[in-house]
Amino acid sequence: MSANFKNPVIRWIDHRLPVFSYLHHEANEYPTPKNLSYWWNFGSLAGFMLVVMMASGIFLAMQYTPHVDMAFNSVERIMRDVNYGWLMRYIHMNGASMFFVVVYIHMFRGLYFGSYKAPRELLWQIGVVILLLMMATAFMGYVLPWGQMSFWGATVITNLFSALPVVGKHIVTLLWGGFSVDNPTLNRFFSLHYLLPFVLLGVVVLHVIALHRFGSNNPIGIDTKGPQDTIPFHPYYTVKDMFGLGVFMIFYAYWIFYAPVTLGDPDNFIPANPLSTPQHIVPEWYFLPFYAILRSIPDKLLGVLAMFASILVLLVLPWLDRSPVRSGRYRPAFKWFFWMLAFDCAILTICGKNPPDWIWSPLSLSIAPDEGQAGISIIAMGQLATTYYFGYFLVILPLLSIFEKALPVPLSISRPVLGGGGSHAAIASAPAKNLAKTMEKL
Amino acid sequence: MGAKTLLLKGITALVGVTAILFVAASPKHDVHVEKESWSFQGFFGKFDQAQLHRGFQVYKDVCSACHSMNLLSYRNLQEIGFSEAQVKEIAASVTTMDGPNDEGEMFERPGKPSDRFHAPFPNEQAARAGNNGALPPDLSLIARSRAGKGFGAYEGADYIHGVLTGYKEPPADFKLTEGMNYNEGFAGHQIAMPAPLSEGAVTYEDGTQATVDQMARDVSVFLTWAGEPNYESRIRTGLKAMLFLIAFTLIAYAAKRKIWASIH
Amino acid sequence: MADHAQSPGDQSTRRDFLFLTAASVTAFGAASAVWPFVSSMNPSKDVLALSSIEVDVGQVAEGQAITVKWRGKPVFIRHRTAAEIEQAKKDDAVEMRDPQPDEKRAIKPEFLVLVGVCTHLGCVPLGQKDSEPKGEFGGWYCPCHGSQYDTSGRIRKGPAPLNLEVPTYQYASDTVVKIG
Repeated sequence: MSANFKNPVIRWIDHRLPVFSYLHHEANEYPTPKNLSYWWNFGSLAGFMLVVMMASGIFLAMQYTPHVDMAFNSVERIMRDVNYGWLMRYIHMNGASMFFVVVYIHMFRGLYFGSYKAPRELLWQIGVVILLLMMATAFMGYVLPWGQMSFWGATVITNLFSALPVVGKHIVTLLWGGFSVDNPTLNRFFSLHYLLPFVLLGVVVLHVIALHRFGSNNPIGIDTKGPQDTIPFHPYYTVKDMFGLGVFMIFYAYWIFYAPVTLGDPDNFIPANPLSTPQHIVPEWYFLPFYAILRSIPDKLLGVLAMFASILVLLVLPWLDRSPVRSGRYRPAFKWFFWMLAFDCAILTICGKNPPDWIWSPLSLSIAPDEGQAGISIIAMGQLATTYYFGYFLVILPLLSIFEKALPVPLSISRPVLGGGGSHAAIASAPAKNLAKTMEKL
Repeated sequence: MGAKTLLLKGITALVGVTAILFVAASPKHDVHVEKESWSFQGFFGKFDQAQLHRGFQVYKDVCSACHSMNLLSYRNLQEIGFSEAQVKEIAASVTTMDGPNDEGEMFERPGKPSDRFHAPFPNEQAARAGNNGALPPDLSLIARSRAGKGFGAYEGADYIHGVLTGYKEPPADFKLTEGMNYNEGFAGHQIAMPAPLSEGAVTYEDGTQATVDQMARDVSVFLTWAGEPNYESRIRTGLKAMLFLIAFTLIAYAAKRKIWASIH
Repeated sequence: MADHAQSPGDQSTRRDFLFLTAASVTAFGAASAVWPFVSSMNPSKDVLALSSIEVDVGQVAEGQAITVKWRGKPVFIRHRTAAEIEQAKKDDAVEMRDPQPDEKRAIKPEFLVLVGVCTHLGCVPLGQKDSEPKGEFGGWYCPCHGSQYDTSGRIRKGPAPLNLEVPTYQYASDTVVKIG
C-alpha cells in the first residue's frame, strides 16, 4: 500500500488520507489473470452504463415535471425546446436497454464460466441484488413520461402485488397512494427512480470489493497460482476495456441516432388515459422473459411467485451446481444445457412479446392469431420454456454435478499444457478434490 | 481453441435463430400498411422544404378545422424555412383568447409567434360534441404514435398516407355502422372521420397539382417533422458521432495491440 | 510491467505517439459528450421565445407607474411629470456614484423604463404606488438595505453600487414599448 508518488501534493494528501495508494493498489497494479477473454469486458461496460444513466438522468430531472397534467408535455418540451434535450433523452431511454444488454451478457458469462462458484458466491449474490435494483429502477423510470404504456405498465405491474393473500390489496393501495395509479404514484416513482441508482452505486462498490477479494475468474476457471499467471490491471485491461468501450459505443450510438424509438412502444407517444387500455400491453424487451414466466402459470398468485422465483433462484445457484470444475469449457454435457438455457431465454422473450392465444407455426415460421393452423400456442411454448428454465437450475445442474465427467483441466494459466509441470505449490492451492479428479482422468 | 470456436458458433446460432423468430414474431395487424419511400429516410435523409410547406398548408386549410396540434408553436415554423415576418403573419391570422387583463376580463387578441397552434375546440368535450362523439386526436405526435412496432416497421408517414388515401366504397357484404366511413387503411375498416381530402382541396402556391395522393404525402411528411422537429439534427449529429467513435475504436485497438504485444 | 518489453529508439517514439493520440482523442470525445449536457442548462427555445414583450404605455396616466413582468423580473414603467423630469435634469450636475445624464436613461423623457431590481442584492425597490415610500429623492426606496434612487432611477444614497438598469427597449409604435 505504499506507492511512491512523484507529485508532492499527492504524497502529502496520501500520507494523511491514503486514497491514492488505495486506487493505485486496486485499479492500477491490481493483479488480473492474463487470459481473460472479451467476455470479461462487460463488467466495466456495465459500470460505464451506470455512470451514463446517472449523468443523463440528473440533467433530465432538471427539466422534468412529475405531475400527471404536465409530465407528458414536459418530456416533449425536453425533446423539442431544451438544448440537446432530445439527445439526453435518447441517451437515457436507450441507455436503459443497453444497460440490460450488457448486464445480461455479463451474467451469462458468469453462468458459463462458473463465476458464481466458491469462493465467489457472495460476489454473485450481490450481482443478483444489482439486477433486482436495476429492474425496479427501470420499471419506475418507464412510468415517468406518462404515456399510455407508462400508465398501463404501472397499473399491471403494481397489480401483481394484489395476488398476495390478505395483505395484497392493502399493499397495492399503499404503492399507489390512492385507488388507482395517479399523481401520488407518479411522484413517488420519480422520487424512488432518483434514489435507487445511488443505492445501486453503493451495491456496485460492494460488488467490486467482493471481486477484488479473490480477483477475477477466467476462461479456464482455475485459480491464479502466482505472478506468472497475472498482469497488472493497468495498462493491460484498461486499454482492452477502452477498445471494448469503443465497439460498444458504436452499437449504442446506432440506437440513439438512427433507431431511438425502435426498442420502445409507439403507444407511449399517446398521453396516459386511465379510461382506455391499449390493445397489447407489453413490457420493455428486457422484462419479456419474466413476463412470459408470469403468464405461463394460470394461477395468479403462483404466476407472480414463479416470476420472482426465476430471479431468486439465482441466489442459491452456487449451491445447486456442485461441480468442482468452474469453466464450461471442460464440461462437455453442461455446455449443451447452457446453450439451451440461452436459447430458452430467447424463446421466453418471444413468448412474452406475443399475445398468449396466438399460434407459432413451425412450417411458416410465423406467429399469428389462432385460425386452426398447425402449431403451438404461445402460452404452451411459454410453459415449456418456463419448465426448462427452472429445470436447468433445480434439476439439471444438481444432476450434472453428480454424473458429468469433466474434461482434464489445465494445471495453471501460464502453462496450459494439461497437467504438465505443475509445481507442488500449485497443487496445494487448488481444491484438492478437483485436482484428484483431474489427475485420475489423466 | 476448440472451446472458443464452439462459443462463437453457439452465439452465432443463437443470434440467428432469435433474429428469425423475432422477424417472424412481428404482430400482424388487420390492416396492411404500404411502405412508401420518403426523402427523410436513411443515414443522409432530409426533409424536402417545399413539401413541408405544402404539408403545412394542407394541415392549416384542412386538418386544423377539427384537429389540434398542441405541442407546436408558430415560432417552430421558422425551423422549416418560413421567415420571421411570415411566421408573424401566420400567427396573427388567428384570434386567440388571452387574459385575464387588469379588469379581470378575458380578451381576444391576434396570435403571436410564441403561441401554440390554435386549437379548433376549447376542450375535449366540445371537440366530441362537434364530431358526433368522436374525438379528433391531437396531431402533434400522430406520426410517432401510429408508427409500426419494432425492426423494419412501417413509418408513421406510411400509416397516415394509407389512411388518407384509404377511403373506398365498402364491399357489398360489409356492415358499416351509421355515421362511420369505410377506410382500408384503418383498423376495423371503420373510421369516424369522413374523407378529409378531395381533388384540389387546397391550392398550392408552388403550382403542384393537388391530387389526393399528393396532399396525403405532403401532410404525412409535415406531420412526421412535427412529431420530431429535431429529426434532422439527430441524424446529422449521429453521422459525426459515428465517425468519431469509429476513429476512437481503431486507435484504441492499435493501442491495445501495442500494449499486449509482449504478453502471450 | 510493460516497460521491460520496450526497446529504445524508433519503437518507443511511435508508441508514445500512439498513446498521445489515443489520449487526445479520448479527451476530445469526453469534452464533446459533456457539452450537450452543459448546454442543456442554458435557456431553452420556449424560454427564449418569451424573452421580449410589448407593453402599451398609452394607458399610464401622468404621475403613475405600472409594473410588468419581463424575463421573470419586474419592469417599472413610470409616466413622469414635468416637475420630475426637470428635477432629474437639474441633478445631472450633482456628483453621483454612477453618473449618467437623464437624457441617456429614457428614449422619450416622459416614460422611464427600468428593471425593478435593486443593484445591491436583488430586492424589488418600493415607490411604484402613491402609498409607498419613494425615498428622499422622489424615485424609489429599497426596503432591504435602504438604497435610494432618484426620479431617473439613479442611485443617490445607500449601499447599491449602480443605477437601476435600463433594459433594451424600443418604441414599436407611438405608445407601444417593445422590451427585449
